[in-house]
Amino acid sequence: MATRTPKPHSPSVDEAPIGDVDAERRAFLVNTTTAFGVAGAACVALPFIQSMNPNRAVQALATLDVHLGDIAEGTNKTVLWQGKPVFIWHRSPAQVQQARAQDSKATMDPQPDADRTQKPDWLVVLGICTHLGCVPMRGGAEDGWRCPCHGSQYDMSGRVIQGPAGKNLEVPPYRFLDDQTIRIG
Amino acid sequence: MSSHQDFTPKPVEKNIRNTYRWLEDRLPILSFLSDALVTYPAPRNLNYMWNFGSLAGIALVLQILTGIFLAMHYKGDVNLAFDSIQHIMRDVQWGWLIRNLHMVGASFFFIVVYIHMARGLYYGSYKSPREVLWGLGVIIFLLMMATAFMGYVLPWGQMSYWGATVITNLLSVIPFIGKYVVVWLWGGYSVGDPTLTRFYAFHFVLPFVIIGVVVLHLWALHLHRSNNPVGIDLKRAKDYIPFHPYYTIKDTFGLGVYLIPFTLMVFFLPEYLGHPDNYIPANPMVTPAHIVPEWYFLPFYAILRAIPIKEIGVAAMFGSILVLFFLPWLDSSPVRSARFRPLYKQIYWLFLINFVVLGWCGANPPEGMFVIIARVATVLYFSFFALLPVLARYEKTKPLPATI
Repeated sequence: MATRTPKPHSPSVDEAPIGDVDAERRAFLVNTTTAFGVAGAACVALPFIQSMNPNRAVQALATLDVHLGDIAEGTNKTVLWQGKPVFIWHRSPAQVQQARAQDSKATMDPQPDADRTQKPDWLVVLGICTHLGCVPMRGGAEDGWRCPCHGSQYDMSGRVIQGPAGKNLEVPPYRFLDDQTIRIG
Repeated sequence: MSSHQDFTPKPVEKNIRNTYRWLEDRLPILSFLSDALVTYPAPRNLNYMWNFGSLAGIALVLQILTGIFLAMHYKGDVNLAFDSIQHIMRDVQWGWLIRNLHMVGASFFFIVVYIHMARGLYYGSYKSPREVLWGLGVIIFLLMMATAFMGYVLPWGQMSYWGATVITNLLSVIPFIGKYVVVWLWGGYSVGDPTLTRFYAFHFVLPFVIIGVVVLHLWALHLHRSNNPVGIDLKRAKDYIPFHPYYTIKDTFGLGVYLIPFTLMVFFLPEYLGHPDNYIPANPMVTPAHIVPEWYFLPFYAILRAIPIKEIGVAAMFGSILVLFFLPWLDSSPVRSARFRPLYKQIYWLFLINFVVLGWCGANPPEGMFVIIARVATVLYFSFFALLPVLARYEKTKPLPATI
């Protein structure tokens, strides 16, 4: 039985003689073909990449109306908006005062309490730790929140007072439809 | 009948040997397997630490086999996933066994791979000419971590959900595009149904990618052959023995020893390495009071938490694994085996102990002394790699033997 032994590759025999070829033209053609090929591949990849982004059904859940009447003064409620918890805290005048007094201590991401609320007695913040996304629970050194995952702490205005988080609890876009209702999103 | 004559064997196909040669001439796969598993010349002085490579291969095959059978019953939908696990445990015949094998198998796969890596670290198996072999191993380790992480999300319990949330949020530190990358990965504005379904798809396919990289790993291994406990280049033919029967029998014996604790865990302690919280269905409103990743991620998790600034913590955690790629160049000492490197041997053991300490910190809440210990251990972890170039220059190594 004859076993085939591959012949060693020899550029001078296997390839067209280079003498009558315009090397510069050939290089140009190879480079432009490659560039177009890469661009084409990128265009084909785009729909696949985009298919992983939020679909229309997910995007449709963009807003949420919350009735505030059943949140008594001093208590808070957590609602789910776009799969994310939102803390709605009906603060008493004393709690508002306390939060405003903490303005000077919130040095990591300074922002006065007045800028974080639309009405002083309603604090609306995303219940998502700005470190890695856990839901903080009530507590911490300033009677705000502390994160059970990695120990970040927030004050009564949701401002970060201890890392590893570096940013305040985010205030989601919302507006008052009337005195008793807000629309988040 | 004349048509019978068409089936008369040609001379070349007359017997099995000729059929073998016929196939060899067209696709030399049998000789490839034979070169890898039968005639492969292995150093004759390999100790039991060299069992863990083939054990890792067996662990991978076991994960793939059990995983395929689980996939026949699992549902990758947020409304069905949690219950489908209970369905597997209670209704599917032998489902409990297949799931326990898969669950315990994941942990044992990591035990085996950690020992395999520690062996490479001790005997200098990452050094020239095996840098690419080592780098492929690090890639396999990264792929394993990704696969294990996504597999842990599938039962859709509280630990699944919050583990997925924390780990995917790590990518939010990427400058400028971070938050878009995270939304893209989730397919939503939080971890949800699209996330679960795609993680299922990735969890299914990544093991086959691992197989591909394992083939490259073995290709690189067979080119320069195995390192050995003495760490010198072997030049004489008599320094080698064929893989079969010498190491097939030794690996089979090692497998038997391995299966004793493995089956004990499968039958009597399947939940020992898990978390009770994962038997609470995922709830996006409440994070469990104490979340921890699976044990095999704990040392890296401790590094993440040790640093009080988010961006630096995430960079340090990824860096602690990526630094392994540069190990062959950081450690420029020409002597491979720690047997002949008195100083390296000491910092090697300190490094290993420190790694366990990091894991212990990762398992505990980020409070009080654990924070301080984790910070010291993180500094020590990176100091090991920083010391290697210095060590290579000043260490007095013991004389190497000429042969084994």
